[in-house]
Amino acid sequence: MAVLLTEKSKIIVQGITGKEGSFHTQQMIDYKTKVVGGVTPGKGGQKSEHGLPIFNSVNDAVKATGANASVIFVPPAFAADAIMEGVTAGLELIVVITEGIPVSDMARVIGFVRNSKTVMIGPNCPGIITPGVGKIGIMPAFIHKPGRIGIISRSGTLTYEAVDQLTQIGLGQSTAIGIGGDPIIGLPHVEAVKLFNADPDTDGIIMIGEIGGTNEEIAAEYIKTHVKKPVVGFIAGQTAPPGRRMGHAGAIISGGEGTAASKMAAMKAAGIHVVENPSEIGNTMKKVLGK
Amino acid sequence: MKVHEYQAKEILKKYGIITPKGFVTDKAAEGSEIYGKLGTPVVVVKAQIHAGGRGKGGGVKLAKSAAEAAEIAGKILGMNLVTHQTGPEGKKVLKLLIEEGMDIKHEYYVGITLDRKSSKPVIMVSTEGGMDIEEIAEKSPEKIITETIEPNLGLQRWQASRLAFALGLDGDYAKQAIKVLMGLWTAYEKEDASMIEINPLITTGDGRVLPLDCKLDFDDNAQYRHPEHPDLRDITEEDPLEVEASKSNLNYVKLDGEVGCMVNGAGLAMATMDIIKYYGSFPANFLDVGGGANPVTVTNGFKLILSDKNVKAIFVNIFGGIVRCDRIANGIVEAAKNVNIHVPLVVRLSGTNAEEAREILRKSGIEMIVVATMAEGAQKIVEAIKK
Repeated sequence: MAVLLTEKSKIIVQGITGKEGSFHTQQMIDYKTKVVGGVTPGKGGQKSEHGLPIFNSVNDAVKATGANASVIFVPPAFAADAIMEGVTAGLELIVVITEGIPVSDMARVIGFVRNSKTVMIGPNCPGIITPGVGKIGIMPAFIHKPGRIGIISRSGTLTYEAVDQLTQIGLGQSTAIGIGGDPIIGLPHVEAVKLFNADPDTDGIIMIGEIGGTNEEIAAEYIKTHVKKPVVGFIAGQTAPPGRRMGHAGAIISGGEGTAASKMAAMKAAGIHVVENPSEIGNTMKKVLGK
Repeated sequence: MKVHEYQAKEILKKYGIITPKGFVTDKAAEGSEIYGKLGTPVVVVKAQIHAGGRGKGGGVKLAKSAAEAAEIAGKILGMNLVTHQTGPEGKKVLKLLIEEGMDIKHEYYVGITLDRKSSKPVIMVSTEGGMDIEEIAEKSPEKIITETIEPNLGLQRWQASRLAFALGLDGDYAKQAIKVLMGLWTAYEKEDASMIEINPLITTGDGRVLPLDCKLDFDDNAQYRHPEHPDLRDITEEDPLEVEASKSNLNYVKLDGEVGCMVNGAGLAMATMDIIKYYGSFPANFLDVGGGANPVTVTNGFKLILSDKNVKAIFVNIFGGIVRCDRIANGIVEAAKNVNIHVPLVVRLSGTNAEEAREILRKSGIEMIVVATMAEGAQKIVEAIKK
């Protein structure tokens, strides 16, 4: 077992014929992920360069292949539309890789997504991987190792860093979720925490956050009362000056809210093992698991 | 992207909001002519910079005659205005907005931005206008009244009405305020703003409701549907190094420390800054070279970092995922040959083909310390500086 991405996941790629979509589809296939087709309106009936059937709509793809998940690589201007289409087709999981979607577009569709049965990861995220089962996204698969640690993180390479630390010391991962760095995301930290907490095959949780917003504080509040599994946390941006954007739209602080200090304090108060040194994420997990 | 007050007010006008009469100038001598055109006994001379707190910093002054208007314009133009938002280095004033004086009855605050908790826009008003709103939010949050806006429906008239009455307005003042609030929402939505702030919105003795100031930020992600927005950009307001970086598609923010950093990915870049501080030094910059990290981006990255004279050492921290480390290593070698790196260089490469990559770096003959982990890299860089 794992969370969200399991043996039962059958994936279609929205935007399979684009450069990024095509490249990463091959990477997913190479990792033995069950990719069953793709969607590019106007190219229905053709085959992708990977030999997968292409459909004109998500609905067609779902009917023909029984797909229950999708990954979105379409350009920012069309991404919100692609999300709506995926949700309407009844997909259980949608992973939005697209970076640069206007915030107002996301504000308009997010309510629709949350009122559906679809779980959306992202946008602007590396995706999700269940080592040994498959990956939906753009992360390098080879650094992962099947195991029992769940990872939740807003960023890309920092997630890889944490995964790598775990793998190097022999701790595998149940599932690693890159939830995305945008101001509006489908699966905030707290929802991901709930999934790992309920997963019998996850023993410990690593929660990586960034300055800006209050998602980490909300997750900490939940962890305090509901989570007995050990949680190790890190917040990137302790040295970031207030009011400045640091790449991610998410990484911006205003006033006292959302600073590294306030997040770390909230996490510590919730019993999370907070590390100040990002190279100690793996070792700390090993220590608290008593391994 | 931020715009100036005068530009923001032009945008508000497009949405039916009446703003004070005013003229923009970059010549002090025009102050007296503008005074004449405005025709009010008192005019306000306002520095146009992308930062709040201009009044306290001496960038907003009243003038009571044509001569005084020109004199004050001369004093403010070219001054280095320091406010709590500019940082200690301040910002040079290159443009002025001169506006008619107002008979202010009361000052209010209005702001619209995204509430990340609900993922919906929120409109906030307060009777405590003209003050630092963050301070009010902290000390007396009950003085801020909010309405959450349904993104697909927009601000409803009853919401605007509720806010106007909550501010204690009535009669024609309330009517006008409702119109302003509705107009602000339309501007926020149609222009893809990420923030609009009117501080203060004023009522006047002669029965009007007007925005006296306006701050507006656009959502950069939505720029593709606003071809007119780039014309509003004022690059003299931006850090020259950051402008240079954005031309090479690099994300650079200058900081005050001595360790230059080059990293792929924003999260890892911040974590790298944090680990440098953890081991006892301080980062000179944030630099995200993105997923590509090819010879061109790395060369430009080195140039940017070295243009900061405070930099005493450089830490390159790359986690190669899809992009193979050996290719990145070749890029670093090529870049190091193009740029004269005269400070200690520590390179950490991890991920795909990391071993081969480290071998390439070691064999390159370029003086650098090659490490395998970010902790080791951070320790080595701090040691290098202390030598």
